[in-house]
Amino acid sequence: MINVQQLSGGYDGKKVVDDLSFSVEKGKITGIIGPNGSGKTTLMKMINGMLPFQSGEVLIKGKPISSYSAKELARMIAVLPQHAESSFDFTVREAVALGRYPFYKGLLKHSTPRDDEVVQNSMEFTGVEEFADKSIQLLSGGERQRVLLAKALAQEPKILLLDEPTNHLDLAYQMKLMDLLKDWVEGCQLTVVAILHDLNIASLYCDQVLLLDKGKMKAIGKPGDIMDSRMLQSVYKTNLSRQEHPQKAKPLIALVPRHQDERKDLSEIVLEATPETMIFRSPFSLKTMSSAVIGGGYQWANTFVNRHVDKNYNVNDAQKEFEDYLSSLSINPNDTVGMMTAARLQDAGMVSVDEKGVKLLVASTVGTGNAVDAGRSWERKDQPMPIGTINIWIFMEGRLSDEAFVQAMMTATEAKAGALRDYGIKDPVTGTPATGTSTDSVCIASTQNGKEMRYAGTITPAGKAIGKAVYQTVGIAIKNYRKRMLQP
Amino acid sequence: MQKPSIRTYTKSKLIISYGAVLLLLCFAVSLGISVGSIPIPLFHVIQILGATIFHYPVPDNIDTSMVNIVMAIRFPRVVLAMLVGCALALSGTAFQGLLKNPLADPYTLGVSSGSALGAVIVLFFGIQLPFLGSFTLPVFSIIMGFLTLIGVIYFSRLVQRNLSVETIILAGVLCSSFLGAVTSLLIALTGDELRQIIGWLLGSVSMRGWAYVELIAPFLFAGLLILLASARELNALSFGQQDARTIGVDVKKHTSLVLFGASLLTGSAVAVSGTIGFVGLVIPHMARMIWGVDHRHLLPLSMILGGVFMVLVDLLARTIIAPTELPIGVLTAIIGSPIFAVIFIRYRRKKVTT
Repeated sequence: MINVQQLSGGYDGKKVVDDLSFSVEKGKITGIIGPNGSGKTTLMKMINGMLPFQSGEVLIKGKPISSYSAKELARMIAVLPQHAESSFDFTVREAVALGRYPFYKGLLKHSTPRDDEVVQNSMEFTGVEEFADKSIQLLSGGERQRVLLAKALAQEPKILLLDEPTNHLDLAYQMKLMDLLKDWVEGCQLTVVAILHDLNIASLYCDQVLLLDKGKMKAIGKPGDIMDSRMLQSVYKTNLSRQEHPQKAKPLIALVPRHQDERKDLSEIVLEATPETMIFRSPFSLKTMSSAVIGGGYQWANTFVNRHVDKNYNVNDAQKEFEDYLSSLSINPNDTVGMMTAARLQDAGMVSVDEKGVKLLVASTVGTGNAVDAGRSWERKDQPMPIGTINIWIFMEGRLSDEAFVQAMMTATEAKAGALRDYGIKDPVTGTPATGTSTDSVCIASTQNGKEMRYAGTITPAGKAIGKAVYQTVGIAIKNYRKRMLQP
Repeated sequence: MQKPSIRTYTKSKLIISYGAVLLLLCFAVSLGISVGSIPIPLFHVIQILGATIFHYPVPDNIDTSMVNIVMAIRFPRVVLAMLVGCALALSGTAFQGLLKNPLADPYTLGVSSGSALGAVIVLFFGIQLPFLGSFTLPVFSIIMGFLTLIGVIYFSRLVQRNLSVETIILAGVLCSSFLGAVTSLLIALTGDELRQIIGWLLGSVSMRGWAYVELIAPFLFAGLLILLASARELNALSFGQQDARTIGVDVKKHTSLVLFGASLLTGSAVAVSGTIGFVGLVIPHMARMIWGVDHRHLLPLSMILGGVFMVLVDLLARTIIAPTELPIGVLTAIIGSPIFAVIFIRYRRKKVTT
C-alpha cells in the first residue's frame, strides 16, 4: 500500500529522516516508535505529502505521492492530528462534514445525499452521533478526538495516518480508540500507520512496528521481534524490561527506574509466631513466585503468612475467607502471600544459609498425614482434597530472572521429595516413598537487588543452597513432629 | 441517512434567516432615508423609491424638493453606508476565519491604515493612473491594503511561526501606528484642507453621492464572489492550515484568494469612507452567534447584517447631536472597542480552561 524507498528529508536543508526504506501492507496497523527527535513526525509528514523530501520516493498504491493532486491524496489518505482546535464553535456534524471536502465537485462544491450518509455513518461508528449538533468546544478531550476520527473516516480513506492518537486521552479512551481502529482495519481492509509513544499500545495493537533512532531505521518487524529489551534500551537509553502479556501473545515493556532501591537485607525480616500464625514481616517488598492461596503466581509482597487451620477446615471460597481473616489482623491482602496448613506451626523447621555469596532464609512446616507419591497418584480414586501440609518459604537475596524463579521452585520441590524419602515417608495408598503431600505450597521470595542470579538449578550455587536448606528444614520439621508425638 | 425532516428544517431555517435579515435591511434603509434634518414620512420614502425604481410618476402630494433630497442626498448616502458596512463585515468574517483569529478585522490588522495611506497619497498628490480614471483611488487603496496585510502576516511569522492571535493583533497595531504616522506626516506637510482630511480619516459617508456608490459596488461584488468560492475552504482552514491540507484543500491558493478578496473589500471601503473600525470585528461575531460557523452562509448573512448595522450607525451619527454630525468611525469605535475587550477576555478565558 505504502512503499517508502531510500527516503531522506527534513527542514531547512537538515536531514531529520535519513535513508528509510520500508513498506506497509494493506489491512495492517503499523506503529512507528522511537524517542523524541527520532524523526517520527517528519516521516509522517512526508508520507502524507505535507513535507517535500530531499531524496528517495514514497509510493502510494505503486504511484509516486507527487503524482496525486491534493484532493486525490485526501481521498486516499486521512490524517488524525494530535489535536486540532478551531477558535470557532463548529458543531460536531459540521466538523465531520469537512472530511467530505475532497468529494465535492464544481465551483460551489455541493454536497450530495451520499455525502450526508457517509458523515452520518462515520459519526455512528465513532459514537459521536449523540452529540452531533453540539459545539465541539463543549466536548471533552476524548470526545473531541473521536470527532476528529469521524472526520478522518468521512474521507473514506484507504490509509489512515495517526500522530500519537492516544495522547491526552485517559486509559479507557486510549483503549477504546485503538479497539475502534482495530475493528475498522479488520472490517474494511484499511491500512493504518500510527506514531505511538506508548510501547505497550504499540505492542498490543500493531501488526508491524518500525523503530526509528536518530532518523534512521533501527528495526522493523512484528512487535514480538521489535520489543526486545536490549534493542529498546539502546535506542531509548532507558532501563526497560520485557514481560509477557498475561492474556495476549504480545510482549509488554516495563520501565525500570534508575534510582536504586534501599539496601535489602534478609536479616531485617522479622518473624511473629503464635500457634495460629507464622507471620514474616519485611520492611521492603520482595518479588515472589508461589502457589499460595493469597498472592499466588508472581507478586510483590512484604508480609508472608503461614496460617494454621483445623484439619477439617472446609470453606467454599477459601481465598475470600483468608482475605477477611488477614483484614481482621490488619494485614493488607494485596501485599501478602498467604498459605494454610493443618500442620502444627511449632514444629516448623527454619534455616538460614550464607555461603558462596548466596544468602537464604528457609522455613518449612510439615505434616505428613496425606503423603502422596506423585509418580503413582493417578492410581488414587477422586476424593476431596484435604488442605496443604508441607509449606516451604524461601527468602533469598539477589536478582532472580524468571527462569531462576522456576528453577528455584523445582529445586525446592526435588529437595523436599528427597527429604521425605530419606525420612521414610510413604504414600499410604501405594506403599511407595512419598514425594510430597496432597496440597503442598512453595513460595520463592527474592529481594531483586544485588547479585544477579540467572539460574537456580540444582547444581548452581543458589540451587545448592536452596536444596540444602529445604532438605534440612523439612527434616527438622519431621523430627520435631515425631518428637512431639512421642511425648506423653 | 439523515432524516428528511431535519433537512427541511435546516433549509427552512435558512430561508427564514435570509428573509429576516433582508427585511431588516429594507427597514433600516427606509428608516435611514426617512430620518434627518427634514423628516420625511416613511410611506413617502417608499413611494419615492418605488416611483424612481419602476419609473412611474411620483404622486402629486409629494414635494419635488423632497424627491431631490431623497434621491440625491439621503438615498446615495444610505446605500453607501450599507455597501461599506457590507464590505467591512465580509472582510472581517474572512480574516477571522482564515487566521483562526476572533480578534481580526481590517482595522485591527492594520489593513485599513494601509488603505488609508494609499488613499491619502492619491488625494494629495493628485495621482491619476492611466486607464483607471476615477478608480485610481480604490485601486491604490486596495493595493496598499494588500501590501500592508502581507507585511503584517510576514512580520508575525518572523515573531512566531504559528501565527498566534495576539501576535497578529500586535503586528497589526504596530503597522497601524506606523502607517498612521506616515499619513499624519503627509497631511502635515501638505497643510491645507486639514479638517476635511481628518474628517475623512475618521470615517464618514456624508456628501459622497452616487459616484462613490459606483466606486465601491463592483469591488464589493467581486469580493463577495471570491470569498464565496472559498467558503468551504474557510471552514476547513478554521481548523488550521495543516489540517485543511490533509483533507485536500489547496491551502496556498485559497489563502491567497481570501486575503486578496478581503483586501479588495477593505481597500474599496476605505477609499470611499475612510477608516471605520470594528465593524468587521463585531458583526461577524454577532452573525456567528446567531447562525453558526458555516462560512457558506455566514459570509452573506454577516455581509447583510453589516449593511444594516452601518446604516443604523450612520443614522445615529447624524442625529445624535444634530445638527452637528459625528464622524461615523468615532461611533463605531465607541461601540466596538468595549465589544473587542469582551471578546478578548472570553477568548483568553476559554483558552485557559481548555
